Amino acid sequence: MSHTPLSPTGALSVITFRNYTTYKRHWKLFVTGFLEPVFYLLSIGIGVGALIDSFTFNGQQIPYAAFVAPGMLAASAFNGALMDSTFNVFFKLKYEKLYDQMLATPLTTADIARGEIVWGQLRGGVYSAAFLLVMLAMGLVHSWWAVLALPATLLIGFAFSAVCMGLTTYMTSFQDFDKITLAQLPMFLFSATFFPVDAFGDGVLRWVVEATPLYRGVVLCRELTTGAVTSASLVSVGYLVVMGLFGLWLVRRRLDRLLLT
Amino acid sequence: MTDATAHDPGTAHALATGSMITARDLRKSFGTFEAVKGIDVDVRRGEVFGFLGPNGAGKSSTMRMIAAVSPVTSGELRILGMDPATDGPSIRARLGVCPQEDTLDNELNVVDNLFIYGRYFGIDRATCRERAAELLEFANLTDKAKAKVEDLSGGMKRRLTIARSLINRPELLLLDEPTTGLDPQARHVLWDQLFRLKQAGVTLVVTTHYMDEAEQLCDRLVVMDKGLIAAEGSPRELIAAHSTREVAELRFGVGEHEAIADKVADLGERVEVLPDRLLVYTDDGEHVLAQVHERGLTPVATLVRRSSLEDVFLRLTGRSLVD
Ligand SMILES: Nc1ncnc2c1ncn2[C@@H]1O[C@H](COP(=O)(O)OP(=O)(O)O)[C@@H](O)[C@H]1O
Ligand SMILES: [Mg+2]
Repeated sequence: MSHTPLSPTGALSVITFRNYTTYKRHWKLFVTGFLEPVFYLLSIGIGVGALIDSFTFNGQQIPYAAFVAPGMLAASAFNGALMDSTFNVFFKLKYEKLYDQMLATPLTTADIARGEIVWGQLRGGVYSAAFLLVMLAMGLVHSWWAVLALPATLLIGFAFSAVCMGLTTYMTSFQDFDKITLAQLPMFLFSATFFPVDAFGDGVLRWVVEATPLYRGVVLCRELTTGAVTSASLVSVGYLVVMGLFGLWLVRRRLDRLLLT
Repeated sequence: MTDATAHDPGTAHALATGSMITARDLRKSFGTFEAVKGIDVDVRRGEVFGFLGPNGAGKSSTMRMIAAVSPVTSGELRILGMDPATDGPSIRARLGVCPQEDTLDNELNVVDNLFIYGRYFGIDRATCRERAAELLEFANLTDKAKAKVEDLSGGMKRRLTIARSLINRPELLLLDEPTTGLDPQARHVLWDQLFRLKQAGVTLVVTTHYMDEAEQLCDRLVVMDKGLIAAEGSPRELIAAHSTREVAELRFGVGEHEAIADKVADLGERVEVLPDRLLVYTDDGEHVLAQVHERGLTPVATLVRRSSLEDVFLRLTGRSLVD
């Protein structure tokens, strides 16, 4: 007989292939997700940026757009990851019973958790890669460190995809997603995406913002594309790795609880 | 098949005993509710084994434990000689599962449902493609290969689900209510396909609440009710053990059956009162009818038929299979 059960990486690639096959039909939906951060870059970064004479970041003068762009880069990974790990996962779990189908085969809940999280991560990664090219074309990349920006966005995608998929397993109806939307917009606007975190002063608020995951992603991307990398960058990396691993653990546990009844 | 399975620890055992499934005092609880209350089952290689019982009997709960997706609450369960708690993926690699509700992938077209499902088993692309084409043929869906799943009729979806469960050439095929919701013609087409699989050496486990399906398909079956097994045997053995050769059905006016039952009680071995008719169990139905008329009783309609599994169920549980 020609088959042996899949290894974890084999399972990952098969689940990814399944998701890719379904997306071939929905490529327009796919493209719109990419455009949003680009529009923000153009309207806020370039448009509003034209009103700002000089902008100092990290002791050096940079165009305002070069400050906003890495924020949007992180946001594109964040948005992309959320699209698949929330609504789509909920639909597959509760309505399509896709994971029940997969569990009738040698695939395990761990395979499903990894496969779906990585898919969300990849979607964010594709958006980020495209966005990075836009940044390059517009002259908004100022350091060779930027080659690490893509892995950084994959890390952001992993962290959000994993935790959001974990939260999604607790949802009981589509209304519950209002909570995610409610958290998504302020995170997008206030994670030092459009203005530096100093604007929050030195109080608790700043401390809160600095502890949120998208902020960690935004500063990490900004440090890389502007070349302001320090050992503090590792804090962000560590934060996002731990967040992603926690999400992975949670998803696996929740799928066991929900599906293996 | 032999070279791939030779490494599995359970196979030697299963081959030696010829046992595909062994359950001892198998139980399943959901919270405080016990859906399966301690059953013993042995399914032998190559047979069609049935679980016959009404809705809520615990058939699906049992099937999900056998499919190695639902943890056993207590008792012992071995599938192909392996323990589902520890060897889930290895067991599932050799099972075909057709769940009670069709769980097709609506985001994929018909042929991709087969192809990608095969890939979940780790079957290489070329083989998946080949088998998908064969199975479309088997399920009479070749001309629907590129159709969306949601555009298929109920019968087509069921055939696709069954075809999909065969993609890994399973040794053991689990079918949970395979024909529920299908029209009579579609049911016969399915039965015919299941016979062909049996002939090809596949062991089949079928649940059903249709007694005709159980009689047609099963070599052996258990009658299940309220989480327990009430009887076990071949359809013929069960009928011989729990019913008479024939049944005389007598239909009187509405509400008269209860009263008339006493007047015919001595004519057969046993009389059952249903809301719309009386069943007199006997080895000679025509003789019973003659005596009924002799006693001046005038049923609106009469029928003499052979005993069925429905009668066995009625005898064992006091209730009808389909309410
Ligand atoms: N996941 C579950 N949680 C709680 N109760 C369940 C669950 N699955 C089945 N049951 C209950 O267990 C009993 C047996 O169900 P089931 O095995 O589906 O019976 P059948 O397939 O014979 O109709 C039913 O009373 C059903 O409500
Ligand atoms: Mg059932």
